[in-house]
Amino acid sequence: MGRITLEAVTKRFGEVEVIPPLNLDIDDGEFVVFVGPSGCGKSTLLRLIAGLEDTSGGRILIDGKDATDTPPAKRGLAMVFQSYALYPHMSVRKNIAFPMRMAGVPQDEQDRRITAAAKALNLTDYLDRKPGQLSGGQRQRVAIGRAIVREPAAFLFDEPLSNLDAALRVGMRLEISELHNRLKTTMVYVTHDQVEAMTMADKIVVLRAGFIEQVGSPMDLYRAPKNLFVAGFIGSPKMNLIDGPEAARHGAHTIGIRPEHIAVSPTAGTWQGRVGVSEHLGSDTFFYVEGTGLAETITVRAGGDIDLHHGDTVFLTPDAAQMHRFDDTGARIA
Amino acid sequence: MARASSRRSRIGYTIAAWVVALTLFFPILYTIITSLKTEQEAISGFSLIPSFTLSSFEAVQTQNNYWRPFTNSVILAVGSTILALIVAIPAAWAMAFSPTKHTKNILMWMLSTKMMPAVAVLVPIYLIFLRTGLMDTRIGLTVMLMLINLPIVVWMLYTYFREIPGEILEAARMDGASLKDEILYVLTPMAIPGIASTMLLNVILAWNEAFWTIQLTTTNAAPLSAFIASFSSPQGLFWAKLSAASVMAIAPILIMGWFSQKQLVRGLTFGAVK
Repeated sequence: MGRITLEAVTKRFGEVEVIPPLNLDIDDGEFVVFVGPSGCGKSTLLRLIAGLEDTSGGRILIDGKDATDTPPAKRGLAMVFQSYALYPHMSVRKNIAFPMRMAGVPQDEQDRRITAAAKALNLTDYLDRKPGQLSGGQRQRVAIGRAIVREPAAFLFDEPLSNLDAALRVGMRLEISELHNRLKTTMVYVTHDQVEAMTMADKIVVLRAGFIEQVGSPMDLYRAPKNLFVAGFIGSPKMNLIDGPEAARHGAHTIGIRPEHIAVSPTAGTWQGRVGVSEHLGSDTFFYVEGTGLAETITVRAGGDIDLHHGDTVFLTPDAAQMHRFDDTGARIA
Repeated sequence: MARASSRRSRIGYTIAAWVVALTLFFPILYTIITSLKTEQEAISGFSLIPSFTLSSFEAVQTQNNYWRPFTNSVILAVGSTILALIVAIPAAWAMAFSPTKHTKNILMWMLSTKMMPAVAVLVPIYLIFLRTGLMDTRIGLTVMLMLINLPIVVWMLYTYFREIPGEILEAARMDGASLKDEILYVLTPMAIPGIASTMLLNVILAWNEAFWTIQLTTTNAAPLSAFIASFSSPQGLFWAKLSAASVMAIAPILIMGWFSQKQLVRGLTFGAVK
């Protein structure tokens, strides 16, 4: 079981309120991602759940039991840190065994779980090495192994992939997702990378300055962002946001249209502009179109084979059905 | 061309390094050479070739018993180091893991006591020792040596403890470790290299201390530094014997330093390079 409920949880550092009263339900087995720009309070929120920070108000319930004042060790949660936080003087085997040793798990059971975790994480050949002799990806796997063997009610991940290089990050992302599919244990994952959030989450919690801006499945957030902040944050490349007369024409203060919802044509269309920078990814090409008079640049996605060059005139046609409209407070107009 | 000139400059640097090293080492080398000369040879002028006699060592050993000051040196160095660690470990620990606004000020204040010349407090300390009966006692001197080295010990340990990442302690807490487990299984093993090199350095500093050990002792508690000094003035100029005494005094610490140089270098450069 791993159901976590936050009831009006608050955190203040001195006079500064980093987390204003916040309510959130995390269901058993759910993969929840906290995402937001740096300083939005996502890590603090995770540390409050872990018990590494004390709350300034509110209650934290784990499986229905009040855990607000329970020390971290007794909450039955496991955490994977950004810096891996392995014990440098212990071998991989001892690192993984440490939580079981603390819990007094019998030796043969410890060995069984270590073997299973090492096999699952491709660490079998490294069990007798020290963390210093491992690569970043291997260290992170040891940290995950150390979390798995505890058989926790929930896993907490604090930006676990930010210290890895891009290729490794994609690989580890898949491994963590697979792990979740296999274990079906609740996972709470903190990241500032919206791609990680979109690809891994069952439920995304978008945070800004300690406030929850929106909670929903990745596709909910993509299709119906509740406000301008979420609209700009979720999706890569970013949604195009257009103010002024063009927005007014659609009865909104700001309209948003994603790069993939604009048709590109060299001959005819609604908006006219010039091709600026283009990024060819092979399968797709992103054009940054200038001189439309709508916004500084409009990003559009086109197929990989379209033949347009810097300075060419280009016509853009937004898909009206996919257009997002926002009022002057930034809130979505239904 | 470029390779030839870089080769030439490397040879130049090698020679320069040897010259500097030999210059620095020369006083010690010459002391060893002089200790192997007869008194006659020693005062007759500069010479690098001794007659390899051990008579000075014999004389030093029979005239002034070597073992008593040696024992005192060991007791003072080890005792003051253990005392210093007992006081400094909790202090450095507290400052590293739960610092307050004033931690830096306290550290600076402690270090500032080392900026004062020792002789400035000689009279009050001399009087305290005299009045409390600590003069020429091992206990008095052990405490004194502990106190003068304490700021350095606290600073070194503080730097070491600061290098232990807080996330590792948090990980231990998440892994179910109690405070006792955390200290026993995580912190102490990680801190041991730091504690060991601090200990080594403090033993060396205490062993070589020659101001307070000479001022506050006569015979009972006199360590090797006072033993060397006793050869310099009252019995006239006995260069060979003085050298032999010096060699016997520095040999133990030199040997210890040689074997622990890896630890020491790590200790002294710790924090400078990640």
